[in-house]
Amino acid sequence: MQRFSALALIRHAFGGHRSWRPQWRAAEPKAAYDAVIVGGGGHGLATAYYLATEFGISNVAVLEKGWIGGGNTGRNTTIIRSNYLFDESAALYDHAVKLWEGLSQALNYNVMFSQRGVMMLAHNVHDQQSLQRHIHANRLNGVDNEWLSARQAKAFCPPLNIEKSMRYPVTGAALQRRGGVARHDAVAWGYARAADAMGVDIIENCAVTAIRRGVGGAVEAVETTRGTIETRKIGVVAAGNTSTVMAMADLRMPLESYPLQALVSEPVKPIFPCVVMSNTIHAYISQSDKGELVIGAGTDAYVSYTQRGALHVPMHTLEAICELFPIFRRLRMLRNWGGIVDVTPDRSPIIGKTPVAGLYVNCGWGTGGFKATPGSGHLFAWTLAKDEPHPINAPFRLDRFRDGYLIDEAAAAAVAH
Amino acid sequence: MSASCRLNAGGRIDRSRPLRFTFDRKVYEGFAGDTLASALLANGVHLVGRSFKYHRPRGIVAAGSDEPNALIAVGSDVRFTPNLRATQVELYDGLVAQSQNHWPSLGFDFGAVNDVFSPLFPAGFYYKTFMWPKSAWKRLYEPKIRAMAGLGRAPTLPDPDNYAQRHAHCDALIIGAGPAGIAAALAAEAHGARVILCDEQAELGGSLLAERKATIDAKSAPSWLADAVAKLSRSAKVRWLSRTTAFGSFPHNMIGLVERLTDHLAAPAEGRPRERLWQVRAKEVVLATGALERPLVFPDNDRPGIMLADAARQYLLRYAVKPGSRAVVAAAHDEAYRAAIELAAESVEIVAIVDIREDASGPWADRARAAGLPVLSATTICGTRGRHRVSSVEIAPCRPDGKVGARSRLDCDVVLMCGGFTPTIHLFSQARGKLRFSEKLNAFLPDGGAEGIRCAGACRGISGLDAVVADGVAAGEAAARDAVGGRIEAVHAPVPLSEDEDGGRLEPLPHHRSPHRVKAFVDFQNDVTAKDVKLAVREGFRSIEHIKRYTTTGMATDQGKTSNMNALGIAASALDKPVPAVGLTTFRMPYTPVTFGAFAGSARGNLFDPVRVTATHDWASAKGAVFEDVGQWKRARYFPLKGEDMHGAVARECQAVRQSVGIFDGSTLGKIEIVGPDAAEFMNRIYVNPWNKLEPGRCRYGVMLREDGSILDDGVVGRLASDRFHVTTTTGGAAQVLNHMEDFLQTEWSGLDCWLTSATEQWAVIAVQGPDSRKVLERLVDDIDLSSAAMPHMSVREGHICGVPTRLFRVSFTGELGFEINVPADFGRAIWEAVFDAGFSRAITPYGTEAMHVMRAEKGYIIVGQDTDGTVTPDDVGLSWAIGKAKMDFVGKRSLTRPAMTDPDRKQLVGLLPEDPELVLEEGAQIIAELPADAKPKSKDAPIGQKMIGHVTSSYFSAALDRGIALAMVAGGRRRMGETLFVPMPQGVIKVVVTNPVFLDPEGKRLDA
Amino acid sequence: MLLIDCPFCGKRPELEFRYGGEAHLARPADPADLGDKAWGQFLYGRSNPRGVHAERWRHVHGCGRFFNALRDTTNDRFAATYKIGEERPAIPEAEGAASA
Repeated sequence: MQRFSALALIRHAFGGHRSWRPQWRAAEPKAAYDAVIVGGGGHGLATAYYLATEFGISNVAVLEKGWIGGGNTGRNTTIIRSNYLFDESAALYDHAVKLWEGLSQALNYNVMFSQRGVMMLAHNVHDQQSLQRHIHANRLNGVDNEWLSARQAKAFCPPLNIEKSMRYPVTGAALQRRGGVARHDAVAWGYARAADAMGVDIIENCAVTAIRRGVGGAVEAVETTRGTIETRKIGVVAAGNTSTVMAMADLRMPLESYPLQALVSEPVKPIFPCVVMSNTIHAYISQSDKGELVIGAGTDAYVSYTQRGALHVPMHTLEAICELFPIFRRLRMLRNWGGIVDVTPDRSPIIGKTPVAGLYVNCGWGTGGFKATPGSGHLFAWTLAKDEPHPINAPFRLDRFRDGYLIDEAAAAAVAH
Repeated sequence: MSASCRLNAGGRIDRSRPLRFTFDRKVYEGFAGDTLASALLANGVHLVGRSFKYHRPRGIVAAGSDEPNALIAVGSDVRFTPNLRATQVELYDGLVAQSQNHWPSLGFDFGAVNDVFSPLFPAGFYYKTFMWPKSAWKRLYEPKIRAMAGLGRAPTLPDPDNYAQRHAHCDALIIGAGPAGIAAALAAEAHGARVILCDEQAELGGSLLAERKATIDAKSAPSWLADAVAKLSRSAKVRWLSRTTAFGSFPHNMIGLVERLTDHLAAPAEGRPRERLWQVRAKEVVLATGALERPLVFPDNDRPGIMLADAARQYLLRYAVKPGSRAVVAAAHDEAYRAAIELAAESVEIVAIVDIREDASGPWADRARAAGLPVLSATTICGTRGRHRVSSVEIAPCRPDGKVGARSRLDCDVVLMCGGFTPTIHLFSQARGKLRFSEKLNAFLPDGGAEGIRCAGACRGISGLDAVVADGVAAGEAAARDAVGGRIEAVHAPVPLSEDEDGGRLEPLPHHRSPHRVKAFVDFQNDVTAKDVKLAVREGFRSIEHIKRYTTTGMATDQGKTSNMNALGIAASALDKPVPAVGLTTFRMPYTPVTFGAFAGSARGNLFDPVRVTATHDWASAKGAVFEDVGQWKRARYFPLKGEDMHGAVARECQAVRQSVGIFDGSTLGKIEIVGPDAAEFMNRIYVNPWNKLEPGRCRYGVMLREDGSILDDGVVGRLASDRFHVTTTTGGAAQVLNHMEDFLQTEWSGLDCWLTSATEQWAVIAVQGPDSRKVLERLVDDIDLSSAAMPHMSVREGHICGVPTRLFRVSFTGELGFEINVPADFGRAIWEAVFDAGFSRAITPYGTEAMHVMRAEKGYIIVGQDTDGTVTPDDVGLSWAIGKAKMDFVGKRSLTRPAMTDPDRKQLVGLLPEDPELVLEEGAQIIAELPADAKPKSKDAPIGQKMIGHVTSSYFSAALDRGIALAMVAGGRRRMGETLFVPMPQGVIKVVVTNPVFLDPEGKRLDA
Repeated sequence: MLLIDCPFCGKRPELEFRYGGEAHLARPADPADLGDKAWGQFLYGRSNPRGVHAERWRHVHGCGRFFNALRDTTNDRFAATYKIGEERPAIPEAEGAASA
């Protein structure tokens, strides 16, 4: 792997940047691998990277039907936080945040992880009770999260409107200072480059068409648009398309795929210092390093794979943004897009084994998967390598939907991701 | 040099209306009909901005919404608006414009040092550096990067303008009012269709606005246009909208339009909306969006004065502006010759037409030669010079293999380039229409697949004015036929597409210099060069989506209108693949940037979300009530007397209820009437409770579950008759409970004969609670015996109060003797006041939701959504008694036997008494079982190292008990009665004792006081 | 915004409706007969197809009725809407072809 650094840039500048090599190879699929990861998003690529670096399994293929990082990894609003309510969730997301904190250095790829603080607004008594419950639970779990008055919230984020004339005035906020944003594409590329350097084959434009199983039902191979690949371990990390892939192994998943839209404004000079989320009036916003305001909200109402949503959804999102930040009314929407998010009944992910031997699944991240990328990859790699879950992801098993041990962040708090 | 570039005659400007404007504080003049760009060019101003990354001087490139460079800020103070395209800003008297992204000035910008160090900043450089030392990212690198990035400044004051929104339906929506669109609109209208025609420009006409010689239907183009507009204006079936951009295509032919109403006016009328967002549902859509001219990619092709050839022609003919006096024309497409001929006719010196093609032939080239213009075939451009404006170009002959011969220099003050045309298929692609690549035309063309959308004219690759008009006619007829009905026969067929037309060029021009050093710009605004695209390919980015994201080409505010195809061509040749194999990036809405305010419309303040108020709202307001938002409702939280805080008011209100009588507005509770022979059976299935044995006239507390076993809602239900139930729900749960009930009734149990009616808004609910409540009501109720014998606790009677029909419930959420008067909402205020007057002698006290919360907590009554949270079962909160044990089934029953639901360690509702009676626990505080080793943690975020076993759900100071009380959900809580548990707070650990959640009057004696 | 053809009222914009999830998941006559696995599948298992999806809508701001629809999730086109209790209509293969 060519090392990236300022010095390397200067050195290459003298050569007109002619000798940079591909960040990952255009690998041809081999006949067999020790493990095959289905889905070349951030989570899948991270899984391959940790399999190779932490568990010594580098004869791995990552199969991507399009281009890597082209799904939700490249379509999200890049918010990173770990102030989740339940112990299980807080452990999962904080595991990820700790990995984020050293990720650029670990990958030798600047993923621009920016701990600018994530502030969640309260607009009524119920919001306050809910956020306070989070703050107390987070504190005892060692996850930073603190209460701000409306004035303190405005001091932290000057564009915020805290006037009483608002329909739902801001009554306070919970702030996780370690939360922030990162550069989404760089996460996919950084993991791809580092995994490739360890020998992982990243195979783009390769769609899985069938999962072949042997006697006893254990997986034997995947059929793809680029031929058959034998393997004893298949990790499915296909986000919105998970139901389709798992159906190839006759599994009906507790998932539904919804369109999730997001948008950016035209780039402007720095005006917005942090991330702000409001569940009650439904929007979240930050400013990218490029200067665009990055804005999102809830999903469209119905199952769809079109990566396209209805106009009234961004309209409602921008109503909320303009109510919270009246100075942004004259800014303009530059680009709006849609992703396909796979949502579980309890809004928590599924990371673990399945009833089919050799088949593992990592899905159901809903609207909030980006923040978990490193942790998710690490825990899923552990699960694949050891054929058993890590204690952190053990509660996130698939069969919790049979016995009812749900981890219901949505029901408990109805907090947007 | 002011106005020296303006022709004395011609153009569509109004020379009788001169306008003054300022650009970077300098005053200039233009005319009505100018854009800011044409007015600046008329004043000889080419330098208008600095580029994003290298801060290179930039000029005006295009004449429309495809402009990549000329982004300026307009207005000042509260109407300051950044990042507008000078080519779209219409001039008005007093317009104030500023250039962007420079310091200290446009002419001298320190940021230009980036250009010198640009070898250090290739595509994606930031991924490779700024990683050491780790802590410097947050403190140093990122703030610096952010300060460099961004274009204009954001406004800092709230926007005072209004924005409007409209819905519209039509048979045919025609997008683009050039020759094809106008022809389509006329044809569709003639065939009986209701038509909406929109165009982003101030005037209808599109390319016709810059035609002077062409003819249509034997009329000159301008007079054909004038006639057509007159005809469209006369028709009652046509609505045409100028300054209106179709920005997005949404499922089922919903098209979003944004109409700009006031930005072109010096003094818009007060209160007039600035923009209007249209949501148009069209049966058929015709895209007549034309095509965009492509720049040529050659070294230093970004200097001010280098512009698109057809744009220059438009400035000349539409605005009567000469973009320069000595022009070099760079051609890869015949359209460049047309521009050269038109400019030459207005005495612009054409220094040379430099054509990269071997053999420039065709009608325009022939005419250029005939006009004596110097044409150099097989010639390339190797570079340009000029600091703030181009002053010369370096040309050289070049062979088909790219070998470049001896170079020579041509002095000039403007360079016109034409690399070909790219059909504008954005909306077609947004609608998920299929595209196919035409090798000959070097263009992606629409290829079906978008339901109800057809393309006409240049956007489907048709060229030549006659063909474009004919194609528009055919599309308009076909749209009318498909939208209006079968009787109409389309008379004309779409014009067959000839792919032998000139496709221009997608590759950079060859030159003699090192391709790794020169800057040949592809995306002007984002400073992406040909070598950046090649670097991305070299680094293994093979998909066009990756190349776009890595280099940022096409991601600027023009969304790649001028750059996408060139980037794709360069990438394809670097990858040695055909263009379609590299792919096309997805088109995303909006076509051009759209103001946030237009999306948000009037939704601000109280129009952001409806405000629901009860019948007594004004009365409570007058009494000084403090309100809280509960969903959309405003509820009185407490009624402070002068100088009283919430704590004092709540204690007083509670005391009044406990000692005499209080009055409370419960109207926000959801109410559903369930009527029919099978009403009781329906109730049996929806609620956990049994209903068969409930006598008419009696009430029962009901609990309903989701199918997963968690509590959905609760409330008192009164049985009015054997076939009639009056159901109440929580305030927030009303809508979802009705939906839940309807769902089961309509889809699972459609055989049950009963009907559900929401009655929330019909009944005002006045709770009268306290030992004196009966005495107050007795004086008002006409025909109901309120005695305990006649009307026991949990009963309901129908009768009259003050002559008004009422459903009177004897229920209590306070633990006191109490009634809830339901009266038709219109009488709510009158009855409320009557009760208040009647209770005056007993010091009847209005109380709010806060006192209600305290009193119900003293009694251990839960509030769904506060003490429960969507994971809680009836048993968790001690409501197993409510479940009808004999019932075979009810919604949620099966789920209650799942392993997780019977786990003995589930959290259960308990009461907590802080050891210190003065202390009120914080709601949401967490509970642990053992005293932590370190009672006061050293660092605020140190993990506690113990599992949290529960949390406080409700907590108040109880005046009745003179101490703090709390409800909590605690793992295995009912096993822990009497145990001491611990609530670790940042200030230290609080000891609490677990108790029964009923703190007051556990025997319920007060209910019958 | 989808245009939805309510079988009772005709075509109306999506904002008048409330999505009701997958259709034809009949509630078992006697849930107590089901084991945890089967009950879990009933509660949570969803086909979530790339292609034709049978789903429920409620015309909540209209007639208030639930009805079923067949919609292709790859392009959001409705192939049919039909009343509760009616058979799922057969639709031509070409319209319903999944593009997985």
